Formats: sequence, C-alpha cells, structure tokens
Amino acid sequence: MKKAQLNALPSLPRQGDEPVFAAPWQAQAFAMTVALYEKGLFTWSEWASRLAAEIKRAQAEGDPDLGDTYYHHWLAALERIVAEKGAAEPRALEQTREAWKRAAERTPHGRPIVLEAKDFSQRRHPPETESP
Amino acid sequence: MPAEPHLHAPGEGAGSELSPLELRVRALETVLSEKGYIVPEALDRIVEAFETKIGPHRGAKIVAKAWVDPEFKRRLVADAGDAINALGEFGPIGVHLLALENTPQRHNLVVCTLCSCYPWDLLGLPPFWYKSAPYRSRVVIDPRGLLEEFGLSLPSDVEIRVSDSTAETRLFVLPMRPQGTEGWSEEALARLVTRDSMIGTGLPLRPHEVSP
Repeated sequence: MKKAQLNALPSLPRQGDEPVFAAPWQAQAFAMTVALYEKGLFTWSEWASRLAAEIKRAQAEGDPDLGDTYYHHWLAALERIVAEKGAAEPRALEQTREAWKRAAERTPHGRPIVLEAKDFSQRRHPPETESP
Repeated sequence: MPAEPHLHAPGEGAGSELSPLELRVRALETVLSEKGYIVPEALDRIVEAFETKIGPHRGAKIVAKAWVDPEFKRRLVADAGDAINALGEFGPIGVHLLALENTPQRHNLVVCTLCSCYPWDLLGLPPFWYKSAPYRSRVVIDPRGLLEEFGLSLPSDVEIRVSDSTAETRLFVLPMRPQGTEGWSEEALARLVTRDSMIGTGLPLRPHEVSP
C-alpha cells in the first residue's frame, strides 16, 4: 500500500491512562446490560448484534465513531433490546425520564435526587399501573 | 479549573439538572428494577468489580504461568476457558475463550470488526481505541501500518494474522516470552505482560523496561 493511501486513512484516537468509565451513566448502562444478560433476558450474541447495528446506524448518520461515543451507542442498543424483549416499553421509559426531570428540578443543587410518586404528573400514571 | 460564574443567586432555590443521557439511564434503572429485572445493589457490585478487580493483570498472570508451565500452556492453547477455570483463581470465564499463540514466524492481532467483543473476564474493559472505527477498519486494511503506529515494527518475514473476536468466541494473544528472563518467577514475568501485548498491538516489556 502506498504512503499517500495510508495517510488518507483515519488516524487512531489515542488517550493516555483512561478511566474504565468516563462518567457514572456509562458504568450504570454497562452494569445493567451485564445484569440483564446474567438474568437471561438476552444472549450475548443478541446483544452484540444490537450494539453492532447501533454503531452502524450512527456511522451512517455521520458519527466518526472514534470510541468517545461508544457508550451512546451502547445505551441506544440497551433501550432497543429491553423494548424488544418487553422488559421496558419505550412509553414507560419516556414517562419515567420526565419524572426524573421533575425530581431533579425540585431538588436543591447538591442534594441527592430521589424519585417520588408525585414526580409522575397527574395526567399520566406511573408505568406499572397504566391500563392498555 | 477557573471558578464558574454564579448562575443563581444563593437562596434562590436553584434546582438540579440531569443530562439527557443521565435521564435515560435513570429511567431504565427505575423501570427495570420495578419490574424485577435488576437489583440496583448488584449493579454497584458489577461496576466495582470492573473498576477495581478485573483488569489486564489477570491475563498477565495467565500468560506468565503459560511461560513457565508447558503443560498449562498446552491446555491453555487447546481451550483457554477450561484451562483458566481449572485454576480456580478468579470467577468462571463464561464465554468461549481462545488463546492465539505468537511464534517467531507469526504475530497475532485481535479485533472485533462489528462492535467491540473483548475478553472482559481476562483483560477488563477494552481500551478506548479498540472501540473506535479507525482501529476496526485499519486492522483489516493495513495491519502492518497500524502496528507501526503503535510503535511496533515487525520484520517483514513475520506473518501478521488478524483474528476477529465475536460474541461467542473471545480471543486474546499469548505473546512470546522475552529473552533474558531465564529463571524469572511467575510473579516477575507477569509484570512484563502488558494489555496491548495480549491484544497484539504491542509486545511484552523487555527485562530492562521494568524496575527490579
């Protein structure tokens, strides 16, 4: 292979001594996946194919995929597979996200954010009591 | 870091904020634990294990043992998962694990071209670059040039064999024992085994590169 061609290839992202997880949410997303796999919700092959699909989709949408967005793909794949397996419906997740948002807003800065029933708004019911 | 400007006057009752990513993760955790799929305390144990207990030092121990114990090496190359589980030193290796042995004629290099399948049980979580598209694609197109970028120039008569790790079969490299280490203990040898030497993007350290 000629030098010019080589130079046209993308360079490797390199970091020094990187932490295992760059942020707590990454650790949580990782641990949930391992726990669900250990519980038998999906096989590791099923998981790997969902993750590969998310990576491919993100690349098609313009993500240079240098490794820094890896856990974004991981999280998207996790949301997808738990929906497919019926473990967490997208609607329930959306309502719970909204509830966490309200919980954060009412919690003074620096205090632990705790989710309470009142954070699920009056118009919507908590996910598990919702009727079809 | 310079002091952040005060966006809220004290006593104004400023709330907290969670990023969209944090909201998504918290929502998953809430719904999945309400339905009994996960136990939050168990998640903490998983994270702690990967942050503190599981890492490339495990693989280094296995490689060093293979260097001093020919019978263990034979079993390791035949079925790495079985050989490691039989030691009983750390938790069971749950996946099919294969050791790829380097020889003077052949250098092995591991990649997962689709995502990032990696022998976590043995090496901890993969490094940043292993998960990147440039590594995954270049290792296939130009492995020799890629290794040079890692500072590893191999003689042209050494074959570079690239192997694809999958969800079912995880791979790691059994590097060659460095010269000048005759009579070294397993513990001393393990200090020469780097993470990259077990992925194939590096070689073990040489004796003069570690402090005695």
